[in-house]
Amino acid sequence: MKKLLSGNEALALGAYHAGVKVAAAYPGTPSTEILEAISVHEDIYAEWSTNEKVALEVAIGACYAGVRALASMKHVGLNVASDAFMAVATTGVNAGLIIISADDPGLHSSQGEQDNRHFARLAKVPMLEPSDSQEAYDLMALAYEMSETFDTPVLLRSTTRISHSKSVVNVTASRSMPSPKREFQREPQKYVMLPAYARTRRPRMEERLLKLADYAETFPLNRIEWNDRKLGIITSGISYQYAKEVFPNASFLKLTMTYPLPRNLIRQFAAGVEKLIVIEELDPFLQESIQAMGIKVSGKEFIPRMGELSPEVVAEAGQKAGVLTEVSPEAPPSPLLPRRPPLLCPGCPHTGVYFVLSSIGRRSISPKAKDKTPRETNLIITGDIGCYTLGAYPPHLVLDTCSCMGASIGEAIGMEKAGVSKKVIAIIGDSTFLHAGITGLVDAVYNQSKITLVILDNGTTAMTGHQEHPGTGISAQGKEATRVVLEDLVRGAGVQNVSVVDAFDLKEVRNTIKTALDRNELSVIIVRGSCAVHKPKRSEPRAIDAELCSRCGVCLMLGCPAIQTEDEQIFIDSSLCVGESCNLCAQICPQKAIGPRSKVVKVAP
Amino acid sequence: MKADVMITGVGGQGIILASDVLGEVAIADGYDVKKTDTIGMAQRGGSVISHVRIADKVYSPLIKKGTADILLAFEKLEAARWADYLKKDGIAIVNNHALPPLSVSMGTDRYPSDEEILAILKAHTDRIYIVEGNKRAQELGNIRTLNVFMLGCLSRFLPLKAETWQEGIIQRLPQKVQQINLNAFELGRKETGHGNLS
Repeated sequence: MKKLLSGNEALALGAYHAGVKVAAAYPGTPSTEILEAISVHEDIYAEWSTNEKVALEVAIGACYAGVRALASMKHVGLNVASDAFMAVATTGVNAGLIIISADDPGLHSSQGEQDNRHFARLAKVPMLEPSDSQEAYDLMALAYEMSETFDTPVLLRSTTRISHSKSVVNVTASRSMPSPKREFQREPQKYVMLPAYARTRRPRMEERLLKLADYAETFPLNRIEWNDRKLGIITSGISYQYAKEVFPNASFLKLTMTYPLPRNLIRQFAAGVEKLIVIEELDPFLQESIQAMGIKVSGKEFIPRMGELSPEVVAEAGQKAGVLTEVSPEAPPSPLLPRRPPLLCPGCPHTGVYFVLSSIGRRSISPKAKDKTPRETNLIITGDIGCYTLGAYPPHLVLDTCSCMGASIGEAIGMEKAGVSKKVIAIIGDSTFLHAGITGLVDAVYNQSKITLVILDNGTTAMTGHQEHPGTGISAQGKEATRVVLEDLVRGAGVQNVSVVDAFDLKEVRNTIKTALDRNELSVIIVRGSCAVHKPKRSEPRAIDAELCSRCGVCLMLGCPAIQTEDEQIFIDSSLCVGESCNLCAQICPQKAIGPRSKVVKVAP
Repeated sequence: MKADVMITGVGGQGIILASDVLGEVAIADGYDVKKTDTIGMAQRGGSVISHVRIADKVYSPLIKKGTADILLAFEKLEAARWADYLKKDGIAIVNNHALPPLSVSMGTDRYPSDEEILAILKAHTDRIYIVEGNKRAQELGNIRTLNVFMLGCLSRFLPLKAETWQEGIIQRLPQKVQQINLNAFELGRKETGHGNLS
C-alpha cells in the first residue's frame, strides 16, 4: 500500500511494524512527531518523559527488560541524554534499542547547529541515515536486528528535511513481534558499570566495531550506482537527493550506514571513478574518514560546512569545483522586503508579563517616541527555551540570554554571585522548568541565591505543538496521569516566597514582580494562563474607538498581532482578537478607548 | 508530467493542509511526490513555504530556485518574497490580500505597494493571475475555505483528475465542512483571475 508519509511518520510506522514495545521522548523540533505517531498505537507504551536523558533511560530499562525500545529526540536533546547514551553504548542491550537524533541543519528551530554523526564515533555505536521516508520506514526493522545481533544501541540520524518532508512509502509489512527475548536477568558484569566491570566491556566495544565494519560492507542499503565514471559522488541522507538532482549522470556510492564505514566498498568505488567528491551536510564526517584511508577526495573545499544544503547550494558548489559546467541563468536580484518573524499569538499568556517587564525594565521604546535611543536598563533577565524566547524581539526586548534548556536559572545565580549591580530575573516555561529547571532551583535554594524566578505556566509544551507534560496531568497517550503541581514542587524544594498570579491581570503581575524585586530574597512567581491556542472559546473581539484614541501607541507595545495600524489609525483585527479572556489592551489604554466591539461607538478604522 | 509547485503565505492560512491535499491527489493519480514545508519556529503569524514536487520520479523535496512551474501565493507580500523560485514565464497565482507583518504595524517597516509587488513578479513572468480568495471564502461564509479555494485555482493548471481532487478534499476534511470546501474548490476552479492588485 502506498502512503504519503513524513520521515517522522515513517520512522514511527517502521518501529511499530518492527515490534517496538516501549517508546519515550521529550518534544523537540524536528523530532516531535515520531512519538506522536507512535503513541496512537494502544499496544505500545509511549511516554513524554521529563527530558531526553530520562527518555533514553526509560528506553534502556525496557530493552534490558527484553522488549524492543525507542528513544527519539532533537539533536540538542542528545546532548542532554549523552550520559545515558555513553553508558548504554558500554553495557550493550538485551532486546533492540534505537536512539533517533533529528538534527536541524540551518537552525530552523534550534539554539545551535551540530552534526550528531560525531556521537556515533564517540560512543562506538553504529549509525544509520535515511534519505527519504521509504528508507526511514525500511531501516527500523534492519536497525533492531542489528542492535540485537551486535549487542549495541543503534543511532539513527535524521535531519529536519528528512523528518519534515513527505514522500511515498510502499508499506510492505504489518506489525510483527520478534521472537521474545528472555526477561531481565541479573548479570552485573554486563549491566553494573563499576570500573572493574566496565573495563571488561571496553574490549567488547572495540570487537563490536570491527564486526560492524564487516557488516557495513554488505549492508543492503549501502549501494553503488554506476553511471558515467568521470565523476563519482559519495553521499548520504538528504544530500543524496540533492546530488542526484544536480548530477543525474554521475556514479554514486550511496551510504545509509555511515558508521562504521564500509572501507572495501569505498575503495572499490574510488578506484572505479576518475574524480571523487563527497557531498554531505554540515561537517566533513565522511570526507575526513575517507581521506584518512589515503584516498584522494574533496568536498568541503566547495560545499558549505554551515547551514542546510539545497539543490542550488549543491549546484553552486559543483560550479566552483569545476564538475558542473551548466550555469543557472542569472535571476533578478531579490528585493528587500519586510521580514515576517514568528510572533507571540493574539491572546498569548506571555504578552502581559513581557509588557510589564519591558516597562519596569526600561526595555521598550514606544513607536511614537521622538528619542529612539535605548535607555540604560535596570534589570538583567536570563531567558530560556520555548515560545517565550520570542520576547527577545521588539517590542518587548526582555531577554538578555538564552542558551540551553534550563540555563536561565543557573545563569541568573551565576550573575548574582558574580556581583552584578542590577537585580537578576530568570524566565522559564513550565515544560522547560520540569525538563531541566528543577535542579537549578534547588541550587538557588541551597546556595541562598537572591534571584527572582518567573515560571510562565501556559499548561502545555507550546512551541513544539502542544504536547502534554508532567504539569498537565494527561499522558502522551491521552490518559489521565498524576499532575505535578508547580507551586507544591517549588515550595517542596524549600522556596519561601512563592506567588501564583493570573497572566491576564496586569496589575497583579506588575505588583507581584515589583514586590519580589524589592524583597532581595529568592522568590518564585508562577504566571499562569492558558496557551492562546488552547483557549476553549473566543468571546467578542475588542475594538478601538477612533474618536477616543489619541494614537499614543501604548497598545502597540503589547506586540499583539491583532493590533495593527493603517494610515496612522490603530485598529484591532477582529478575526485575530480573542476577546475577554485576554483584554490586555483594554487594561493599558490611557484613553479608555478599547472595549468589546459592540460597545465601542466609533470602531476604528 | 512534471510540476513543481511552491505554496507560500502566512501561518494560520491553511497552507500545510493545502499542500498535503495536493500531494495526496497527485499520488492517487499515479505520480511520485515529495513535499516539504518550512514553518520556522512559531505556530502562527510567520512566513510559511511549502514545496510540492510531482513527477514520475522525484529526488530532492526542495524546489531549486528559478525552476518552480507554479507559485501559489496566499498573500501578496509572500508572493513577492518567493517570486525568485519561479522559472522564467512560470505561473503566479496570487491571492489579492495583504497581511502586514508586525514591523509594519509598529511603523519600522513599510508594506510594499501593489505596483512594487507586481513589478517584482513581472521580473520573472507575465503569467500572473490575481484571485479574490478572501472575498470568495467570505461569500461562502467560512474564511477557512481559502486554502481549498486556492487549490481550485491551482487545479486549472494541473492535469490531475477532478474526481481525485474531490476525493482528496473529502479524505482530509471533517464531514461537516466537506461540502462547503467542495464548493470553494469549484469556485476556485472557475476563477479565471485578473491582472490587477488592489
